[in-house]
Order: sequence, then structure tokens, then C-alpha cells
Amino acid sequence: MDYINKMHLKIPALSLNESFARGVVGAFCVSINPTLEEINDLKTAVSEAVTNCVVHGYQNKSGDVQIDATLFCDRLEIEICDFGVGIENTEQAMQPFFTTKPDEERSGMGFTVMQAFMDEVQLFSKPQQGTKIKMTKYFGKKGADVDA
Amino acid sequence: MDIKFSTGRHTLTIYLCGELDEYVADNARQKIDDAICQPGITTVVFDLSNLSFMDSTGIGVLIGRYKKLKARGVPVCVKNVSEPADKIFKMAGLYTIMPKVK
Repeated sequence: MDYINKMHLKIPALSLNESFARGVVGAFCVSINPTLEEINDLKTAVSEAVTNCVVHGYQNKSGDVQIDATLFCDRLEIEICDFGVGIENTEQAMQPFFTTKPDEERSGMGFTVMQAFMDEVQLFSKPQQGTKIKMTKYFGKKGADVDA
Repeated sequence: MDIKFSTGRHTLTIYLCGELDEYVADNARQKIDDAICQPGITTVVFDLSNLSFMDSTGIGVLIGRYKKLKARGVPVCVKNVSEPADKIFKMAGLYTIMPKVK
């Protein structure tokens, strides 16, 4: 199936950019008429992924976050990556309540939220090279409403 | 994010307005902690009617405040939970520690 649109965004890893990133990705999907709930799900998942880049990938030091998204008539495919410290044990990182920063009141729910709010979530990471999260969100039956 | 407070006889109501994410988390923690340390408060209620966005960082902020208040024997409730916040609350099981009141 052909895509409708593509986007690429490179932003500094700042927590300030979380709202920017989720806003951009939400706006990017508007052309296929998602529901408000679907947009909120997507924005929440993007926020989690960008937070991970800022707080964990770069440990609040400088770096870039890269977002690549492709919009189809029925779904969004999105990749969010950093070039930071990476994750030794990705399986452990994805466990609910697991956190490497318990003293900072981190809930350890980031990946759990992404998995709950998106349809597919895959995590790729190499220590000292970075982390990429690949997610897909299907938009109800809205795809059928898009003009050919 | 804008945080407002109103104090009843024993109840402190905290209005979280806007988006609760990593960018505003430290500031929100500080403001809420300053307010909840007042003496004489027996219940804290979070009014989430204008909370338009919240992610797992927000879960951490709320659980952190809940733990502080629980240590003092002060119960925490939520009311007027907006749709985006409700979804996160249900997913994370937050209603079991912060029940919904009217």
C-alpha cells in the first residue's frame, strides 16, 4: 500500500521538545481523520518515547532525537531514536514498573504506556550506540473515509 | 501547566490545568509539595477537569505525592477526571490508590 505522507524531524533532546514532538506527530495524522482518542493515544506514546531519549538515552545531556513517520490511509508507522547510552537488557527495560532511576519518582511505566496505547511496539538498542523504538498505530475504520 | 489551589475546612483541592509531562514535572512537584505541607489538611483532592495531557512522568509525580501524604495519614482522591487522564489512570491502576469522588 502506498503511503500518504512522510515526515522527518530532528530536535535537540530537551524535555521542552516533548510537547513539540507529540504536537507535530498529532498534527501530521489529521489528514486521515483520526478520533480525538486515537490522537491522544499517539501523543502519549510519542511523549513517552521522547522522554526516554532525553532522560535515559542522553541522561539529560545534549544530543539529538530523530523522528521518522509514515502515514498510510489506515495507520501511522513511527520510529523515534536517540544516539545515547543504549539499553543492556531491553526485555527488562520493558517490564512494568522497572526503572533505572527509582530515586527520581519515575513510575517505570513508559514502555507499558506505549504498548497499551499503540498497536505494535518494537525496541532496538545497542549499548553506547543508541535506542530506536518503532511503533504502529491503526486508526479505526477511518482509513475508509479518506478520499481516493 | 497551571496549578491552582483551594482550601476548604480540612480539604485541599489541587487543580492541575494543562499538560503534565517531564518538562513541567519538577515545578509541579515543588508547587504541590509546598501546598500539601500546610498543617491541618486531612484530605487532598486533585481536580483533573482541565488536565489535557498526562504521561508516565505524570504517574510518577502523582504517586510521589500520594506516598508523601500517605505517610502522614492523609488520603488522596481525584475528581472530574478528564478523558486523557482517565485513560492513564485506568491503565496504571491509579484509582485503586486515589479513588474518584464527586
